[in-house]
Amino acid sequence: MRALRCTVSGGLHQHETPEVSAPTYDLGKLHGGLRLPGHKAASTAEAIRDVPIPAQLILPITQHVGDPAQPVVATGERVLKGQLLARPAGALGAPVHASSSGSVVAIEPWPVSRRYGDQAPCIIIECDGEDRPFHTTVDENYLELEPEALLAKILDGGIVGLGGAVFPTAQKLMQARSCKIEHLILNGVECEPYISCDDMLMRERAMQVLSGAQILMHAMQIESCYVVVESDKPAALASLAEAMAALDDARLVLKQVPTIYPSGGEDQLVQLVTNREVPSEGLPSDVGCLVQNVGTAAAIHDWIIGHEPLISRVTTVAGEGIARPMNVRARIGTTIADIVAFTGGYAEHADHLFIGGPMTGKSVSTDRVPLVKATNSILVVRKTSFTGRELACIRCGDCAAVCPVQLLPQQLYWHARADNENRLRDFGLIDCIECGCCDLVCPSHIPLTANFRVAKGRIQELADEKARAARARTRFEARNSRMQSEQQEREEALARQIATAKRAGPADIAEILERRKHKKEDD
Amino acid sequence: MLIAVATIALLALVAGLLLSLASRRLPRKESDLVEQVNELLPQTQCAQCGYTGCRPYAAAVVSGAAAINLCPPGGDSTVQRLAELLGREALPLAKAVEPAVAVIDEALCIGCLQCRDVCPVDAIVGARHFMHTVIESECTGCELCVAPCPVDCISMRPLR
Repeated sequence: MRALRCTVSGGLHQHETPEVSAPTYDLGKLHGGLRLPGHKAASTAEAIRDVPIPAQLILPITQHVGDPAQPVVATGERVLKGQLLARPAGALGAPVHASSSGSVVAIEPWPVSRRYGDQAPCIIIECDGEDRPFHTTVDENYLELEPEALLAKILDGGIVGLGGAVFPTAQKLMQARSCKIEHLILNGVECEPYISCDDMLMRERAMQVLSGAQILMHAMQIESCYVVVESDKPAALASLAEAMAALDDARLVLKQVPTIYPSGGEDQLVQLVTNREVPSEGLPSDVGCLVQNVGTAAAIHDWIIGHEPLISRVTTVAGEGIARPMNVRARIGTTIADIVAFTGGYAEHADHLFIGGPMTGKSVSTDRVPLVKATNSILVVRKTSFTGRELACIRCGDCAAVCPVQLLPQQLYWHARADNENRLRDFGLIDCIECGCCDLVCPSHIPLTANFRVAKGRIQELADEKARAARARTRFEARNSRMQSEQQEREEALARQIATAKRAGPADIAEILERRKHKKEDD
Repeated sequence: MLIAVATIALLALVAGLLLSLASRRLPRKESDLVEQVNELLPQTQCAQCGYTGCRPYAAAVVSGAAAINLCPPGGDSTVQRLAELLGREALPLAKAVEPAVAVIDEALCIGCLQCRDVCPVDAIVGARHFMHTVIESECTGCELCVAPCPVDCISMRPLR
């Protein structure tokens, strides 16, 4: 990751040269952030191209936040394009659909790009190349559906947040329904360098994006939607403005925000657009907002209007290690190798492969990993010369100046090194969005975000341990009280027997002997 | 000058009196401290410390009868936290154990109930003459069920 960050030259001085020319609206203020070089021109030069059906599709059962989906197909079964392969299990999850027709050849672990662990169970489909669609229900007008029914339908489409968080959309909407939501915010900011898939989507499919927004507004019964785009995407802005004029929907408002990383973060965007701060550990719904990525909106349109579940997505293939950078629409499950080969293969210096952008992406060791719903970018870069050795913190405070969440990264760094979970909690580590701004400005080249990620994991581990201990304790105490009451019952029974025996006089004994005699005679 | 000295001295006296009163009137209850120590222990109830459970060990630690490094499942981090809480020196762990769960070889189990009856957290289910099994998510890895098994069908499987 460090090697890659070096390719994004940046620093405080770049942040101080604003170049906003187009009018911006009444924007809230975002603390910190960085003005990063976009590197987006190369991948936006040509239109989105469709990757052909690959020979094999690899579909992980976990492509979302929550519990893994449960496969409903067996090995050897023939499946059609859009057919349900795995249904959500547990409270939080999303289904997985077949991206093309073919037969299931295996359900086995396969390398995937994930933060933890390298292999995950995948459904592997051998494609027949015919791409026969699975016939879904008849057309119905979504406006006639009750919001609940519409949400249930969105859940069936396997739609998750395509901005990168992959939170199941239907559940996010259901959660938000318990609050009073005023504004839907469509996130077309895409502030991370190199990534341009949302930009291209807005340019080419503005109508579908806005239609998705209308469906969302109907599902949530909201009367206001801000479509927010960064100022470095004039083509997307123009295309959206044109589509809005054609739609003539007064609820839709186009907003332009200055190009500052990470204004596309959910909480940051809410602050920027509405000037309301999302509380610590809270959600945008706490301040009456619902944020959805533009790609998610288009996917909702494709499912509700076009009856196609989320089986493909637009992704950016970019970086110095790519011969022809471009945006492609690929089926979920196509391997990175197939996609790169389609775009024209690797360039001479293809040293590092990243899934996601340079700031928040993840390095992967093999291009056998499949494209999943979260993959917004495939980035291949050359190895850079070693630019900085990690030095001691000099307490310059640059990290605090750029932190968009207004944390104090240098303090957090000390406490993370000292493994002091209480102080980390006090200093708000939980609110760190891992944007990487502090890493980039640190003159001592300290990998702050990596430290924070580890510290977060440790805090989670400790919390889990505590929960386990509490459960064990409850069970132990329950067992003790049960054993005590059993013991008491035994003692009481014994006491009763003794009392009866003591009460017994000669008459009782004679009666007992009489009874026994009768019994013997009966036998 | 004299007034200033007198004022400061008076203030110090009052503050000192208040503090000494507070420390005498509001003594740190030992049962509270036992509860705090108990909170830090992993609640495996394994008795590897030589006491019958986590709470008795906590009481012994507070009364000074037991050292703070006798809890193997808690590991060094628990010793560290106990040292911080009690203001004692953090000693190295007396013996270390790896986190593990008990596993019953179900083919060998004769259904004797011995292990079920000793499990401190009711993590073993079974009935007489029927196969028993361990509820893995509830097992604390205390090893108390291993010794009583007459057919040696229980083994400890490391978690990591």
